[in-house]
Amino acid sequence: MSLNYKTIVAAATFAGLLSSNAYAGDLTVVSWGGAYTKSQVEGYHKPWMAKTGKSIISEDYTGGLAEIKAQVESGNVSWDVVDLELSDAIRGCDEGLFEVIDHSSLPPAPDGTPATEDFIDGSLSSECAVPNIVWSSIYVYDSSKVRNWNAPKTMADFFNTEAFPGKRGMRKNPRVTLEFALIADGVPTSEVYETLGTEEGLARAFAKLDTIKDDVIWWEAGAQPPQLLADGEVIFTTAWNGRVFNAVAAEDKSFEMVWDGQIYDLDLYAIVKGTKNLENALDFVKFATATEQLAAQASWISYGPARKSSAPLIGTYHDNPDIQMLDHMPTSPAALTNALANDFMFWADNFDEINEKFNAWLAG
Amino acid sequence: MPNVVEPITAADGTPLKKKLARALFRSKLRAAGLVLPLFAFIIATFVVPIFALMLQGVHNDTFYTYMPRTAEVLNDWDGESLPGELVFATLAAELAKGKKERTVGKVATRVNRQYSGARSTFTKTARKAVKMEAPFKEAILKADKKWKRVEFWQAIKLTSETWTPAFYGAALDYELKLNEGFERKVEKERIHVKLFWRTLVISAVVMGCCLLLGYPVAYLLATLPLKTSNLLMILVLLPFWTSLLVRTTAWIAILQSQGVVNDILVWVGVTSDDSRFSLIYNMTGTVVAMTHILLPFMVLPLYSVMKTIPPAYVRAARSLGATPTLAFLRIYLPQTVPGIGAGGLLVFILAIGYYITPALVGGQSGVLISNMIAFHMKSSLNWSLAAALGGILLAGVLLLYWAYDRVVGIDNVKLG
Repeated sequence: MSLNYKTIVAAATFAGLLSSNAYAGDLTVVSWGGAYTKSQVEGYHKPWMAKTGKSIISEDYTGGLAEIKAQVESGNVSWDVVDLELSDAIRGCDEGLFEVIDHSSLPPAPDGTPATEDFIDGSLSSECAVPNIVWSSIYVYDSSKVRNWNAPKTMADFFNTEAFPGKRGMRKNPRVTLEFALIADGVPTSEVYETLGTEEGLARAFAKLDTIKDDVIWWEAGAQPPQLLADGEVIFTTAWNGRVFNAVAAEDKSFEMVWDGQIYDLDLYAIVKGTKNLENALDFVKFATATEQLAAQASWISYGPARKSSAPLIGTYHDNPDIQMLDHMPTSPAALTNALANDFMFWADNFDEINEKFNAWLAG
Repeated sequence: MPNVVEPITAADGTPLKKKLARALFRSKLRAAGLVLPLFAFIIATFVVPIFALMLQGVHNDTFYTYMPRTAEVLNDWDGESLPGELVFATLAAELAKGKKERTVGKVATRVNRQYSGARSTFTKTARKAVKMEAPFKEAILKADKKWKRVEFWQAIKLTSETWTPAFYGAALDYELKLNEGFERKVEKERIHVKLFWRTLVISAVVMGCCLLLGYPVAYLLATLPLKTSNLLMILVLLPFWTSLLVRTTAWIAILQSQGVVNDILVWVGVTSDDSRFSLIYNMTGTVVAMTHILLPFMVLPLYSVMKTIPPAYVRAARSLGATPTLAFLRIYLPQTVPGIGAGGLLVFILAIGYYITPALVGGQSGVLISNMIAFHMKSSLNWSLAAALGGILLAGVLLLYWAYDRVVGIDNVKLG
């Protein structure tokens, strides 16, 4: 990269440089905060610290690659391990922001199945990252509020403003939103990305969104949808299933999830290129994504472990033995009856263009 | 005979002028030395990054850095039909090299911004390029069907150019096409110009609201007895010291359709339970929240100017027969113009760059251009487009500043 580029980055991380040198632990792990980070601290961090006697600094971020890019380009890396969405993991790997992790070096399942076969199909597609959980985008309603309609059951119900009048919350992002629109419009889940890849299919998705455009409140942060729903601001909202589960299990909300047409996705650990703690980082990633740790984390939040061998070990909610965690996971059989796997390759190719159209559609 | 004026000399015989200059030079040096750290700090953390970022808007050498030879052979290509074997062979060699050095992803992402879907074409072909043999044209065409499209090659040639106006074009909703120049995007894909206008309008409205609300407050602060005005001043400053996010979130609780304001309106009977007002997640919400957050920036400069206006002037006007309105308009208001100018300028320029508040309460109609810039900086990593958008915004602000200087005069601004 050119000199001027480095200067910006150097200036941008000036503050980071000052703070990062102030205190250096053995490992800095960055994740999304809230109930999710809590589950990782309990499931991965504490056991790793107990095993190795080393310390972990846990930091929060809001996703995206900007901070990581700034750190790598300026050569001042203060984050070691980062929890990412798959699309960011792939994009970051392309941009050379992450270390390559040899997937064959990951620990095998307890029964000896090699890691490359133990992780759920297609989840090891980025050579820079190791998956830890399966999370899902679903929609949710509040069953404690009295409404003059029957409970919604399908994705089509989300878009049906006649039977279900009121505001709906949706993420301000073309990803998932457009797929939901097509599923609601009757496209079988197996053909969603094929349809979305054509000019007419994209127009069809936007046309479906047009029907509810005036009724949508757009959210951006994962904490917003449960709040919107609790405030009665919306009757339905799309959300991430773990956030909803947390509101139900920890805050006693009576939110009901509709799993029809759910879109599931992965979160992964990646190691930032140029980290000074590469050895610790590698050791931590291998440790955290082992069968037992993934299962341990699953008792804190309802995200599914990325290893098949973890499923039999999943127990109950750490705080309430009546809640069987498996029932609330995106990977439970009931949740998978009409589900779609997020096609990250499609989005890696088309996100820029479709997002531009989506923003123009929003502003129009 | 001309008069020869003897220069005045000091006691030691050197001319006084020279001596004075020397003495002044020393103190000037000392003054400069004191300012130097701040000056260096501003250069290093403000001027250099801004210029470097502006440069990003017209300069992107990703393609050239990682595929220099392909860029060079493409220079000679006419852009009309598929390129020849030489280009394909160079491409195959550099793709294979890029695959080995793990740089092909960077190039692919760069081209993908110009041509959707290019990313997978590049990575897929690079995987196969390692084993490719001559004739390369045939082998590459077989690897992915996109290579058969002339438009795809045109897009590649465009991205291979290090200096490009494409990003500034995109920032104004124009698309750069090879051999054809800029072409305006179709109506429903235009967005940036709309957002620029919206940003200007909302900023102006926020400035107007701040002035309307802030002027009487500042007047009260300046004229009430010290004890009362100090208390009022604390009330103005208290929100100023509160976190931006807290204040924005508080507005959500107040304005949302199940919020305080709507509850009261329903209770009073102004509206029914089914037709509550939408006061947030739209432009209204953005204007209300931003006005509240920026109000102190209007009140404080106004107050500092009003404090210096002697009350005797208005009294004199009244005793000479002016009505209260006339005395205010002709005597008081003109004296506060420096404060209005300073407050207005401050609020307007701050409003233009706001993005957290609009992101939280703006919904779809209250989003500003700064949200777009933040998106391209943080999420899409298209820093060149972010730089172009930022450059246009900066140019707009400087233009407004210049116009302001012309109309009001910047010397008339008083910040405190």
